Amino acid sequence: MEPLLELKDICFSYHSMEGETPTLTDINITIGEGAFVAVVGPSGCGKSTILSLISGLIKPESGSIFVKGQPLEESDINIGYMLQKDHLFEWRTIYRNVILGLEIQKKLNDNTKAKVEEMLKTYGLEEFRNARPSQLSGGMRQRAALIRTLALEPSLLLLDEPFSALDYQTRLSVADDIGQILKAQKKTALLVTHDISEAISMADQVIVLSNRPAIVKKAVSIDMDIPNRTPMASRNAPAFKTYFNMIWKELNNHEDVYRAGSVS
Amino acid sequence: MKTCTAQEAYLKKQTIRKFQIRFFRIFVLLAFLTLWQCASDLGWIDSFIFSSPVKVVRTFYNLMKDHSLPMHIGVTLAETLISFVLTMFFTVLTAILLWIFPKFAEVTEPYFVVLNSLPKSALAPLLIVWLGANMKTIIIAGMSVAIFGSIISLYQGFQEVSQEKMKLIYTLGGKKYQVLLKVVLPASTPYLLSTLKVDIGLCLVGVIIGEFIGARQGLGYLIIYSSQVFKLDWLIMSIVILCVIAMILYQGLCVLEKWYTKKK
Repeated sequence: MEPLLELKDICFSYHSMEGETPTLTDINITIGEGAFVAVVGPSGCGKSTILSLISGLIKPESGSIFVKGQPLEESDINIGYMLQKDHLFEWRTIYRNVILGLEIQKKLNDNTKAKVEEMLKTYGLEEFRNARPSQLSGGMRQRAALIRTLALEPSLLLLDEPFSALDYQTRLSVADDIGQILKAQKKTALLVTHDISEAISMADQVIVLSNRPAIVKKAVSIDMDIPNRTPMASRNAPAFKTYFNMIWKELNNHEDVYRAGSVS
Repeated sequence: MKTCTAQEAYLKKQTIRKFQIRFFRIFVLLAFLTLWQCASDLGWIDSFIFSSPVKVVRTFYNLMKDHSLPMHIGVTLAETLISFVLTMFFTVLTAILLWIFPKFAEVTEPYFVVLNSLPKSALAPLLIVWLGANMKTIIIAGMSVAIFGSIISLYQGFQEVSQEKMKLIYTLGGKKYQVLLKVVLPASTPYLLSTLKVDIGLCLVGVIIGEFIGARQGLGYLIIYSSQVFKLDWLIMSIVILCVIAMILYQGLCVLEKWYTKKK
């Protein structure tokens, strides 16, 4: 079976009057259907750029992106993208924020509305449907942003440090929350984060990037060997520490930079 | 119970403060009017040149009775409101065009700055020669004072809308026009409202300038006419009426703004 998403030899640089900033060099990532992949790397290494490339907001300078074997431009895949902040609009109620994507893609009908209602109920936001974003806690806002993304029924979900704006307590519980929601819906997801433990607790595979210009240093498959794995349970699993140390070492190991070939 | 009384004391203090401010505001007005009246009655000032509150009221009453004053007020009000509405319309339209075509905005920026800094009263004689001494000219004179500044500040408001919020629309599959409709316009509404509050006063200024040099009706005409025939009661009364009109128009927009923020 073709993998859902394949990045082949992606290179990308940012340009400004001051010069060129090479950001990504020969990035190869493969994500299978239903997988949860996390990308970790030092801040400013171009993690978010990968997501922008996959979502088609920017084009790679060389290399190609394939969705189920087709070039990205030709595929009709629905990609959901969660940004660092929730960006809920203060001039809209929670409900109208949540249906924003449906509104834009003109998919607002009885069927999708019913789904949104169901999600609001499931994720405990129903009584806040007419509230303004500022009346909600950080965790609730993030959940609203998630519903806004999921309402479009994406087959691939891109998460760009979606918890980084939250305080530590909330962050743990929201990550647990959202991790379970995504597992339950069997979504394929690509999470970008600089938080190693967040990556290990949520993902099936962790990809370690080097400093800019980023290359893939290592791809670690996470196997916690515990039943009904949740992000919170993973944090307590015995294997967690081993993975943490392994990735921590990899991130700090600047001398031993090698060009990783294709990782999958 | 102690906190309750402290709270009560605080509330009481605030109420008293509010009352004091209102009281002194009215007191200043009454004191000024009394002093003015006494000064003219006792011959401290020449009541032919400086008029007096009683004379102003009497003049107002007489001119109301012969129906000439309502006509002048009506003409000035109508001209101001029409030029205000047109200013608002063209401001929003131009700012949107500048936003859609940023290159065009960069090219035209210095011209807007020059037109904005130009004393618009210098344009009024030219407008009269070009367009004739009629209502249309005066409305355009009113617009000319307000429009350039408000285009600049609204466009500035458009540009301060966060890039990330715009990115959100693109990640939800939106096009540029949806960025405009769903983010830029709603996010800049507070800007627009505060611009409008300034504009209404500027339109009134422009209309009066226009009436000074090319009108047979309106309060501006009444002021010029009464200064030429030395009817200073008329002149001062016109100025008082202008004060009242300016206040009412401004308050109207404040109510609109309050209504908008409450709705939010």
